[in-house]
Amino acid sequence: MQKVKKDFTDSIIQLSHGDGGLKTAHLINDLLLDYIGNDILGKLEDSAVLKLDENKSLAFTTDSFVVNPIFFPGGDIGKLSVCGTVNDLATSGCKPLAMSLAFILEEGFPISDFKKILSSIKKTLDEADLRIITGDTKVVEKGSVDRIFINTAGIGIVDNNYTISPDKIKTGDKIIINGPVADHGLAILSQRKEFDFKTDIISDCAPLNGLISDMTAVSGEIHALRDATRGGLATVLFEIARNSGLDIDLFQESVPLRKQARGICEFLGMDPLYIANEGKMVAFVGRDDADKVLEIMRSSKYGKESAIIGEVLKEGKGIVVLKTDIGTERLLDLHYSEQLPRIC
Amino acid sequence: MKKEINDFTKSLIDNRPSEQINIMEVCGTHTMAISRNGLRQILPDQINLISGPGCPVCVTSSKDIDWMIEIIMNYPVTLFTFGDMIRVPGSASSLQFEKASGKDIRICYSPLDALDFAKNNPERDVIFIAIGFETTIPLTSVIVKRAYEENINNFYIFNIHKLVPPALELLLLDKEIKIDGFLCPGHVSAIIGSLPYEFIAAKYRIPCVISGFEPADIMESLDMLVRQYNSKKPAVEIQYKRVVTSSGNPTAVSMIDEIFEPCDSYWRGIGNLPGSGLKLREEYEGLDAMKKFPVGPIISKEPPGCQCGSILKGIIKPFECKLFAKACRPENPIGPCMVSSEGSCAAYYKYERSR
Amino acid sequence: MCLAIPAKIISIKKNSAVIESLGVEKEVDITLLPDAKNGDYVIVHAGFAIQAIDKEEALVTQGYWKEWLDEEGNQ
Repeated sequence: MQKVKKDFTDSIIQLSHGDGGLKTAHLINDLLLDYIGNDILGKLEDSAVLKLDENKSLAFTTDSFVVNPIFFPGGDIGKLSVCGTVNDLATSGCKPLAMSLAFILEEGFPISDFKKILSSIKKTLDEADLRIITGDTKVVEKGSVDRIFINTAGIGIVDNNYTISPDKIKTGDKIIINGPVADHGLAILSQRKEFDFKTDIISDCAPLNGLISDMTAVSGEIHALRDATRGGLATVLFEIARNSGLDIDLFQESVPLRKQARGICEFLGMDPLYIANEGKMVAFVGRDDADKVLEIMRSSKYGKESAIIGEVLKEGKGIVVLKTDIGTERLLDLHYSEQLPRIC
Repeated sequence: MKKEINDFTKSLIDNRPSEQINIMEVCGTHTMAISRNGLRQILPDQINLISGPGCPVCVTSSKDIDWMIEIIMNYPVTLFTFGDMIRVPGSASSLQFEKASGKDIRICYSPLDALDFAKNNPERDVIFIAIGFETTIPLTSVIVKRAYEENINNFYIFNIHKLVPPALELLLLDKEIKIDGFLCPGHVSAIIGSLPYEFIAAKYRIPCVISGFEPADIMESLDMLVRQYNSKKPAVEIQYKRVVTSSGNPTAVSMIDEIFEPCDSYWRGIGNLPGSGLKLREEYEGLDAMKKFPVGPIISKEPPGCQCGSILKGIIKPFECKLFAKACRPENPIGPCMVSSEGSCAAYYKYERSR
Repeated sequence: MCLAIPAKIISIKKNSAVIESLGVEKEVDITLLPDAKNGDYVIVHAGFAIQAIDKEEALVTQGYWKEWLDEEGNQ
């Protein structure tokens, strides 16, 4: 389904340009791609895939991390930078090979904090079985960045005999998620001074390459994988539907959500479907394999609460329909803005 | 809950009137709840739900938005506001744009945040945008009183609070709209009780039900309204009994009365409505941001083609506005009904478009 | 703007109470409910408790607030 290009008329960057919703899409589609777009970049997948030869392709991804606060329940910016990169790579079904890591540090940033972050990075790399093989460090004057920003890139090898990409999604595919949504965004929010909640919610930040390789080992019908980060589950589904032209049904009752997450969302009038995750993969699985993939996911460390949450219908308008828990339905659209800056 | 909803749906279908009736959901939160749960899909066609002016951001005039922008542009103040206000377009700008341009504008969840900030930053002048109906007015009253008693001299409010009952009366007098029943706001009523609505049933003979916000609450309330309509015995009934009583919250009501007195107020779409606004009593006038930070004459214009006014009175539905989903979308709203988290257009755009 | 949710008071200190709803705790101002006591159920809006919840009535419509009331262990 062709996306209609609109003129980019904003004159300054606003925070909403970074929230993963409509404004971000507008910035990318209607400004960035104008300048630097091409057939691969234009796919806007979590990982770009570059064919190397008959049998192998290179998966390549990049990410920046500006999360605030840098230490949050369940993780820190270091752990996030590895998980975010690994998970983007994992969506291509590749075996992650290596990462790059670049720091931009603010003058005055405490070494003790830096050490904690480095330690966290190492621990996560070990878990993901990955190394950092190239990097960079810059230091800027106080006030030029907020303590520490991290940029990463990741590469992996894709087996051309088992490619995973949204192009492969088919009518009848079941949609599976590996656990409850919204935890990461809400864990960050709970630390923001203005919100002041006491909650046990921790970020779901986790490297999912182990989970994915368990899934691909047991089934050849994993058609697509998407990392539900900024913009949440709803945004992932919306983009997939729109780009593929296929319609998707999402069953509200099936989407796992912690009770406390629901509580905070009710307090603040937020929709958990649009809140960021950092350890959630949305998998599009061939109908016949869905149950066995679900089973293997539930036996995996980061998939214990996996659930089938929807299915892919036939080609239609490329829309996502949410079936509510009272038996009615409505369209799911890109959110304008959740007012949650610097969530990842 | 499904069973209760099914029971009420069946009752609504069984008892549906022979002609179409218009029920106005006054409160923006009801509009959202109805749309988010797809309730229109299970109502019989005879029941036509129309949205009312119960969205405080939506009924704030362009002039008031321009005024707050003028203040922030001319004075080095820190402005605190609830979330949705920030994106409402004024004649030439919005708070969000000013924020991106470097002005100190912050979103708060509670007016207490604004007061705390003022207390902890005595060198900054702090303005809280005091917007909302009777659910929120007691909160502003509490912080105004606290600021006054604790001598927090750098704290001000930009007061654009409005009252619901006068707006309901105006709608009943408007010949362009035919209202057969009101779904009354649940939390406004938690504060004011059910008595302020008695005139609607007594004088105008229109059914009223004060409703909660869960889908089952709303379905039950609609069922109660249809029964009143059919029996031709209009009354003010409370469906939301777990929270609303006839006298409401007397402490909150006297708090409002202590700090504010009624005055005229300009509502977008409705115009000037006598006695529908509040102004600070003389003792507290020192906290009035409009007096403390005077600005030059404000020339405001409503955006051309914008039909928020008609939408707020329930004369047209969002998709009947020529700009809806075309020029006016959440990512570039023309009027406040598309911006506000309780605006009808935002609700319709987000939730009412279906297969 | 009418966003208000049910919560239970778990401690009180002068004008402030800590409330809990669906496992989340928050401090709110109870100036508007001078008779509020520990263990009361209240409606919370923008950082304030604005009205007490009539527990009897809540139980009648407990299906409506299923998650909150189930969690409190009511039948």
